[in-house]
Amino acid sequence: MSETIIKLENMVKTFSGTVANRGVSLEIRKGEIHCLLGENGAGKTVLMSIVYGLYQPDSGRIIYRGEPIVLRSPKDAIKRGIGMVHQHFMLVPTLTVSENIILGQYPPWKILRQMDKVETRIEKLSREFGLKIDPKAPVHRLSVGEQQRVEILKALYQGVDLLILDEPTAVLTPQESAALLHFLKEMAGRGLTVIFITHKLEEVMQVSDRVTVLRDGRKVETVDTAEVNPRKLANLMVGREVLLEQPPKTGAEGEEVLSVKDLSIDDERGLPAVKGVSFSVKSGEIVGIAGVSGNGQSELALGLTGLASIASGEFRLCGKIANDLTPRELSHLGLAHVPEDRHKMGVVLPFSIAENFILHDFDSPPFAKNGFLRTGTITAHANEMVGRYDVRLSGVEQQIAQLSGGNQQKVVIARELHRNPRLLLVNEPTRGIDIGATEFVRRQIAAQRDTGSAVLLISSDLEELFALSDRLLIFYEGRIVGETPARKELIEEIGLLMAGKSMETNSVTK
Amino acid sequence: MEPLAIITFLAAVLAATWRLATPFIFTSLGEVFSERAGVLNIGLEGVMLIGAFTAFAVTFFTGNPVWGLVAAMTGGLTCGLLFALLTVSLKANQIVVGAAFNLVGLGLTSFLYRSVFSGRMETAREYHSFSPIEIPLLSRLPFFGEILFRQNIMVYATPFVVLAGAFLLYRTAFGLSVRSTGEHPRTVDSAGLRVGVIRYASVLIGCALAAVGGAYLTVAHTNQFNEGITSGRGFIALAVVVIGRWSPWGAFFVSLLFGFFYALQLRLQAVSGITIPYQFLQALPYLLTLVVFVTLRKRAAPPSALGVPYKSS
Repeated sequence: MSETIIKLENMVKTFSGTVANRGVSLEIRKGEIHCLLGENGAGKTVLMSIVYGLYQPDSGRIIYRGEPIVLRSPKDAIKRGIGMVHQHFMLVPTLTVSENIILGQYPPWKILRQMDKVETRIEKLSREFGLKIDPKAPVHRLSVGEQQRVEILKALYQGVDLLILDEPTAVLTPQESAALLHFLKEMAGRGLTVIFITHKLEEVMQVSDRVTVLRDGRKVETVDTAEVNPRKLANLMVGREVLLEQPPKTGAEGEEVLSVKDLSIDDERGLPAVKGVSFSVKSGEIVGIAGVSGNGQSELALGLTGLASIASGEFRLCGKIANDLTPRELSHLGLAHVPEDRHKMGVVLPFSIAENFILHDFDSPPFAKNGFLRTGTITAHANEMVGRYDVRLSGVEQQIAQLSGGNQQKVVIARELHRNPRLLLVNEPTRGIDIGATEFVRRQIAAQRDTGSAVLLISSDLEELFALSDRLLIFYEGRIVGETPARKELIEEIGLLMAGKSMETNSVTK
Repeated sequence: MEPLAIITFLAAVLAATWRLATPFIFTSLGEVFSERAGVLNIGLEGVMLIGAFTAFAVTFFTGNPVWGLVAAMTGGLTCGLLFALLTVSLKANQIVVGAAFNLVGLGLTSFLYRSVFSGRMETAREYHSFSPIEIPLLSRLPFFGEILFRQNIMVYATPFVVLAGAFLLYRTAFGLSVRSTGEHPRTVDSAGLRVGVIRYASVLIGCALAAVGGAYLTVAHTNQFNEGITSGRGFIALAVVVIGRWSPWGAFFVSLLFGFFYALQLRLQAVSGITIPYQFLQALPYLLTLVVFVTLRKRAAPPSALGVPYKSS
């Protein structure tokens, strides 16, 4: 059990000026589940991509089964029995399961005559390991959970000894996650070594034998999981005390700000994505929308912000029918929007921070006069906002692209909240940002609710929904399949609803 | 027209259909490979011209169209190497490079043709191109004999080349990697294969076949070269690939459809008593391209990574 399978010595990796790994050393034992814990940007994925041969380290040595090795490409890693399941799946959607599994396994001239044989082998593997899958199915027809199964099967088909999984539960329902963790434990029992990249403390506690914490590209510590608790891990990860629980809400609920009736919205391909949903949000409450991403939440957000047209039904903002209003008209009615994709819709990356603060009001006083921008006022405004919302920067004339994700998100939040909206629509507000910024952003959202705004929160992170929401609506395939109070004890039921498993019991009561 | 005349007319049109489809079949089959690997080569017209000219020049001096064909393929591979160097290795914009290929193809072949051949044309020997091979017995079948069994070797070769292409694309590990590269290159990278190598290979196949498609015009269809002899066929081949949904057999049958349009307009010009201006008839294949393109376009889904250079992070 204590035999070392792979040892990393002083790994350094720099990307055009940014240091991702600053001399990380790590030892993984054969047959253990080793968690790699750290915030986004701590260097976990980069370190493991080096082990998988995707990146070459600037310096440092990899010792595998007692001998130093150089991995020039994933091919070298695969040959040695190292496999990786990436956070964004490495699958070709148009190909079948078996075609995806054998991609790259044979020399180019090999005639793939015996696909039957391949399929039989895959079926055998999937039975043996309890990973049910149809080898003939095209991958784009599979659910996210099934796609992950294909990724794991791919590694098993290659004969993997060391399996790296990069945030594998980020896209799964709680039940699917539990099944995956169970499966990994079983595999470890059979001698497979697993490196599990995550930033979720609870998973570390559940699944791992040992855990290594990374921060800012450095190793903080490797500890036995049995000897730590989540609080200790959080402190190691962030380097200070963190408080993720939110203070309870103080204000009372008021009148209905958003009311949605039988609303249907099509996606960009013209297929129905939101199918006749009805709900309302009152002032002073946060309504969370839970669901595995891709079940219509994005389209709902686009529809409610005037960025996608409404197929049928209606929604009212502050009592006014808002179906055909433009984003700008909606914003004047009191809607603020923190979009899902910060880079595409939240900020204009090549613009300065000051300019990003006035994307809504650039053409009206005090920022513009007679068609000319008033740079003095704009800069002063930006400086004030930056101070109030704790954005870390070198100056407001800096391009926003140079800020970290967390600081960019603070700029978006600051801009939207500053307008004191009647309805705040936030979509994945803390995706891809560090714990410190997460804490801050969540506190701001809660505070906005307490001043009397209505908040609609869309998130694929259940922890976040529990921490912030007053009640939850569960989305599955474009429909609301349940409404529950946002209580952690209900995670089981919510998970089932998210997987579409419990259509008959439409509401879980307190 | 009398029934017999109609049948004769139809037989003539259909016989010409396959002949006129042949350059589209070669060129679009090649482009299927290129695009399946994610490289959009709009420079087909230029590559076809270079193929047509090389084949013409070499056949002119050697007297043997087989050498002409070999030279055309070499020319095509050279074009492919240059195209891949610019778009795959140097990650230049594929549309811009393709457009440049069309301009260079036209300019270079016209220049060489004038400077090398213009003085000689009075004394030009006519060379022998690939001539029709009549299949014994079958060629004497009524109706079908003319359509199917009195063609030249390059025309006969088309279904076999397409068959080989389809086999390569769907039944070999190489084909699997080509199809994956156009859809999701990062997966290919992660599987330990090299995206660049696969794209080079596909572009080379594409350009070699486009050059053969061009060569057909000067060593099989006719035995001469004119400036701009391809007259837009490279662009139509691009449309063929889309309408044929990026599949080799799709490209084959859609090529036949366009061959039919060409044949129809040629034969209609010869029919006495039809008073449509010939300019309109000449424009017919292009107009039909537009019509077919607009009506069938919605159903096709191009490779996701088409036209996007791959940067391994």
